[in-house]
Amino acid sequence: MTETDQYNFAYLDEHTKRMIRRALLKALAIPGYQVPFASREMPMPYGWGTGGVQVTASVLTPNDSLKVIDQGADDTTNAVSIRRFFQKTAGVSTTTRTTEASVIQTRHRIPEDPLREGQILVYQVPIPEPLRFLEPRETETRKMHALEEYGLMHVKLYEDIARHGEIATAYAYPVKVEGRYVMDPSPIPKFDNPKMEMAAIQLFGAGREQRIYAVPPHTRVVSLDFEDHPFEARKGGLSCALCGSEESYLDEVIVDDAGGRMFVCSDTDHCEGRRSQACTEAEG
Amino acid sequence: MIEIEGVAKRFTLHNQGGAVIEVLREATLSVAPGECVALTGASGAGKSTLMRMVYGNYLAHAGRIVVGGVDLVRAAPFEVVALRRRTLGYVSQFLRVVPRVPTRAVVAEPLLALGWPGERARERAEALLARLNIPAPLWELSPTTFSGGEQQRVNIARGFAHDYPALLLDEPTASLDPVNREVVLSLIEAAKARGAAILGIFHDAEARARVCDREVDVSDFASGAG
Amino acid sequence: MSAQDCCEEPCRHFPEDAWRPEAPLLAVRGVSKSWGARIGCADVSFELWPGEVIGIVGESGSGKSTLLNCLAGHLAPDVGEILFDMRGAGLVDMRRMAEPERRRLARTDWAFVHQNPRDGLRMGVSAGGNVGERLMAVGARHYAAIRGQALDWLDRVEIAADRIDDRPASFSGGMQQRLQIARNLVTGPRLVFMDEPTGGLDVSVQARLLDLMRGLVRGMGLSAIVVTHDLAVVRLLADRLIVMKGGRVVEAGLTDQVLDDPQHAYTQLLVSSVLQV
Repeated sequence: MTETDQYNFAYLDEHTKRMIRRALLKALAIPGYQVPFASREMPMPYGWGTGGVQVTASVLTPNDSLKVIDQGADDTTNAVSIRRFFQKTAGVSTTTRTTEASVIQTRHRIPEDPLREGQILVYQVPIPEPLRFLEPRETETRKMHALEEYGLMHVKLYEDIARHGEIATAYAYPVKVEGRYVMDPSPIPKFDNPKMEMAAIQLFGAGREQRIYAVPPHTRVVSLDFEDHPFEARKGGLSCALCGSEESYLDEVIVDDAGGRMFVCSDTDHCEGRRSQACTEAEG
Repeated sequence: MIEIEGVAKRFTLHNQGGAVIEVLREATLSVAPGECVALTGASGAGKSTLMRMVYGNYLAHAGRIVVGGVDLVRAAPFEVVALRRRTLGYVSQFLRVVPRVPTRAVVAEPLLALGWPGERARERAEALLARLNIPAPLWELSPTTFSGGEQQRVNIARGFAHDYPALLLDEPTASLDPVNREVVLSLIEAAKARGAAILGIFHDAEARARVCDREVDVSDFASGAG
Repeated sequence: MSAQDCCEEPCRHFPEDAWRPEAPLLAVRGVSKSWGARIGCADVSFELWPGEVIGIVGESGSGKSTLLNCLAGHLAPDVGEILFDMRGAGLVDMRRMAEPERRRLARTDWAFVHQNPRDGLRMGVSAGGNVGERLMAVGARHYAAIRGQALDWLDRVEIAADRIDDRPASFSGGMQQRLQIARNLVTGPRLVFMDEPTGGLDVSVQARLLDLMRGLVRGMGLSAIVVTHDLAVVRLLADRLIVMKGGRVVEAGLTDQVLDDPQHAYTQLLVSSVLQV
């Protein structure tokens, strides 16, 4: 008996997957709306991506090719263990190449390379409720979503400008989806917000909070702002120390005990791709 | 301008064994425009009670009190409010002080309530305060800490700020020195000259003789007086 | 800012030529609310006219807060009608109004000043954000304009401009209450509900707040319903008074008339119980 035979395909039982798929269909039908679902205990702690894992398990087919990234990297603990989890329980092939993956589970980043139709991007979400910061009552936030009372979101942005002179929210920057629901894009950098208008399906899973939401392909996703403080997806004017990219989102890496540091692409696949392409061009 | 007809007043003290005190009965008098009528009678005869009923401050139990066409015995509260704003002025014996409001604003308030522009209302208030010899440095202060005479003069300035067609005066010259008394009497004379109907209580017999055209003895309306 | 400054524009109440408005702003008809055998308020009826301030007085448990909560839509009355003059639609029964509309009303045309400022403020949000919230809720999206209005309102309630970015937690009780008032009045509501607005404040602070509210109410021509057990508050603020006892209205009338010539035994007791200073 192989390891795969000891589990149902992708760990979750079929009834659970059906329940989650129903939630996903509803979420896709009402872009940005948080659909409650009966989140299951997973063999990993909350906060390690249990919501994303359940969504991935429910959409995965044996022919899929899975990529898992954490902060853009394929080689961090979290990414490696989730990838191994699905290798073991679903036997699917895995990849680190954005272009080759059919399902990508992510924490805190959207890949630099544009996604195409047919691909699915699954986000791990810690707190799905964008209004939670100012309104702790779930009964009230649900009503506010239902009645489109979103003034409070701007109070948060107002506070940012009042305190920092600009909208200092740098990640989990709130967006309005298809002109209706205000949504937390999960803690991706605001640099990634414009990428959310994409060709792939975006699914969001919050395990502890038991919420699923989604953005269908080619959906309008607008970052909230003020007329005199428009949204800007900018980053520092630095370039990647490895591949030289000036367009990609960078991580700061401490390289020695003396505080020496360098900036490198947070999307490791994108960085490697650029470097190997540069090698090929140099050789050619 | 002021028509009082068959007015009765009694107080029922529910918390003192339901004692009923009859104060006035069949009170009847009228004041024409340009006329000043003094209410007289011993202390406790009901002079102030009658004045307060004319102002709508006390309820009358019978009769009619018509001021400028409004019967105060039957008027709805907002009608009384409007009447007081525009038609019926009242200079009480004591200034009811609103904490913190500067003297100038206290005097200008009735004008502002009538929609006067702030600047004009302030000018008018300052002119009256100056005429009543309230020193300019005090205008910025609340009258809370003023002497009794000063408070009384602020009260008079406020009562004369707007040219009310009907005016009630309760002891306007009490506790005033001769100079200010003269100012107040000339203000009353000027009000009469412009056609105001004035009903007043004056203990100051000389003042009464000077400004009042008639006297009405409230004791005639006392409940025992048959 | 003192009383005279905010009265610069002619008062809205009772304009010169048509001082009697066409219709009341709020009409309350036979409102009752009880919890089982216990009566909250019973068969209360009155009308509030534009520009008018009504005080509701009574001891604890007299039903005045229950009534206020029914009027403000926080509680559903068992029977009775609460009609509000909607802009352009005339008198509308609040009980038949859909929730979205009622909530919109609550943050535009209505305001509610709580006794405890913590119930009416967002304690984790700066003073400017607190004042700006209602503006943003009705669609204001220009930061500088929102901040400008917030500064203007802080000035009107005598809070220094340099406190605009401070959180209300660092404010004194009186300042918090003034901030709550600014936050409520910034959208120019037509009807303000106040629940013991000066309760829990020091006497000296109360006087300042009262004077301020008086200036704002008179200057903006606000219509208001003020619930309090403090007769001094209604003497200063209210045109008319409603006296409640055991859930029922025992006496109503012009404020100074009810206070100076009370007719009902309970009102006489209430008035005579005030300590003279």
